[in-house]
Amino acid sequence: MTSAPAGAAPAPVPVADERLANISLWARLMRRPEVGSLLGALVICVFFWVTTDAFGTLSGIANWTDVASTIGIMAVAVALLMIGGEFDLSAGVMTGTTGLLMGLLTTEWGFSMWPAIAATFAFAALVGFMNGYMVIRTGLPSFIVTLATFFVLQGANLGVTKAITGTVRVAGLGDVAGYGSAADVFSSTFWSPHNFRISVVWWIVIAALATWALSRTRAGNWIFAVGGDANAARNVGVPVKRVKIALFMTTSLCAALVGIMIALRLSSVQAGQGVGEEFTYIIAAVVGGCLLTGGYGSAIGASLGALIVGMAFIGIQFSGWNTDWRFLFLGVILLLAVLVNNLVRHRAEGARR
Amino acid sequence: MRQLRYVVLALLMVLGLAAFAGACGGDDDGGGSDSGGTPAQSDDVNLTQGQDITVAVITHGAGDSFWAVAKKGAEDAGKQLGVTVKYSESANDPQKQAQLIDSAVTEKVDGIAVSAPNPDALRDSLSKATDAGIPFITLNSGAEDYEALGAITHVGQTESIAGEGAGAKLKEAGATKLLCVIHEQSNIGLNQRCDGAKQGFGGDVENLQVKGVDDIQTTLTEIQSKLQSDTSIDAVLTLNPDIAVAARDAVQGASSEARLATFDLSGDVVKAIEAGEIEFAVDQQQYLQGYLPVVFLALNKSNLNTVGGGQPVLTGPGYVTKDNAAEVAQLAEDGTR
Repeated sequence: MTSAPAGAAPAPVPVADERLANISLWARLMRRPEVGSLLGALVICVFFWVTTDAFGTLSGIANWTDVASTIGIMAVAVALLMIGGEFDLSAGVMTGTTGLLMGLLTTEWGFSMWPAIAATFAFAALVGFMNGYMVIRTGLPSFIVTLATFFVLQGANLGVTKAITGTVRVAGLGDVAGYGSAADVFSSTFWSPHNFRISVVWWIVIAALATWALSRTRAGNWIFAVGGDANAARNVGVPVKRVKIALFMTTSLCAALVGIMIALRLSSVQAGQGVGEEFTYIIAAVVGGCLLTGGYGSAIGASLGALIVGMAFIGIQFSGWNTDWRFLFLGVILLLAVLVNNLVRHRAEGARR
Repeated sequence: MRQLRYVVLALLMVLGLAAFAGACGGDDDGGGSDSGGTPAQSDDVNLTQGQDITVAVITHGAGDSFWAVAKKGAEDAGKQLGVTVKYSESANDPQKQAQLIDSAVTEKVDGIAVSAPNPDALRDSLSKATDAGIPFITLNSGAEDYEALGAITHVGQTESIAGEGAGAKLKEAGATKLLCVIHEQSNIGLNQRCDGAKQGFGGDVENLQVKGVDDIQTTLTEIQSKLQSDTSIDAVLTLNPDIAVAARDAVQGASSEARLATFDLSGDVVKAIEAGEIEFAVDQQQYLQGYLPVVFLALNKSNLNTVGGGQPVLTGPGYVTKDNAAEVAQLAEDGTR
């Protein structure tokens, strides 16, 4: 807590400063945004661990961390953006756009893998910049601006793919020069019989970086300040526009990372890839304690939210439940996690007084 | 503290649902309709009884009426053979489908039946199944690739041949301009059907990409505005029964004279054929696509049988027209056609 919050509160301090009050470790723990999702994750983990055979095995863990990892990478980026007070509804379809772009660059236009990957990241940065710039310039809610981006990209994905390949997917990435080394970095597996995915490592690294940035850097303070009250933040000298544009670009770059991972893993990309996933990311972030209004949340919480989604997806599969009901379970589980969140936050805030 | 009560209530709901679904998935389908079923526990199917065989059926379906019939086929086969069937769908997301295959391999199921609309995406996961010694069969989509993937056989219909047949039949009926309605963005099989229809039709064929089965209302509007903007269209081919019903309403809404034909059946489609609103339906008999792979995999496990002799097992195309619609209608109502 260096610059922003301290500068924003020069109010006359009456008696005992609440900021100096002794807060028990327990209360401080309970006040963290990720407590609710941690409890939820534990409950779901224990439930499936006990009721199914495969869930607790190393191979089973590899399965559900695999599902959680690509969701988790995006959830962390989306959480940062939400803390900064904005949404990105194009985050899901961006994973498809970037995968398709990389696929077309390599299979149709003769790029080898690594230059194509670099170009894809550059393109993603540009789209993120456009999103951010449009939001800043127009003052429209990011919900609307990125919804437009979402539709534009969804249409472009299908239109361009069909116009160029004549079908609805880009295939044959496995034969491109440099596929092997790129796949090693983005989509390989490790720990042989169990086959954990490398995307899990990427996820952990990104979540750790985001957590460090949020809690230990000036940029982190800026993000909280911008999401809490953009005007107040601007008044104390936070470069609001730059912060928001950077957050949009981060989200798009993470989408490119995930898009490249999925494309290399499946050695093909479908034109409909990622459509609808944006809500999964937002849900994971909200379950992880991000407020829809901005200014509050955590990267670890978003990761736990993604973990809940992954565990529920594979756990339901292992349980052999009638999958007609899958979305009902997901809905109830998410509702439960959010309720726990609310409960915990109310109690923690009560404990402050 | 009232919050606490909500949480407890929600917890109870989850547990209750879990118990309920467990019961549903376990023994009976809950629907109560025992049609299409011979008595499950007769003496002469003991070959697989008590062997505790589990088959995972993993499709790219999205809970629509087409896949509901395939699912019923798989579950009926499971019930009749005493085989545990775990049916799941990926909603046309290849990554999810790969992950579901991975989880089936982790569970060490005895066989996997999988639809392969995008074989590249599943290759890696299916080779893991092969490494783990788990046999698999492709169903519905993947007729061209099942051998390369290492499947025992493929159960389905060849998309382009079925499309060709439908196109030829519409041409026979005197149509000159055909609209082929594609309802999934990323299913190559659908494009193959339209390409086949183009071959068989010979004339002017236009493809129309629509929203799909999860948004029928928009789909209807899309088809209707297409028919209104191009009145020369005198035939419409849909590739899914739910879309067919939407297209029927769109044809009526646009007061167009276009003939309508569709792939696949549902109760509503059969009724529409009886009423003359839909000319014919190309039936790929997806009940078989759920039923047969479970039987084949169970036989492979218990008796080391391999069906197909290196050829796919074809479940279609068959045509449902006004002549035979009434008989099929009853079966479609029961959810097996």
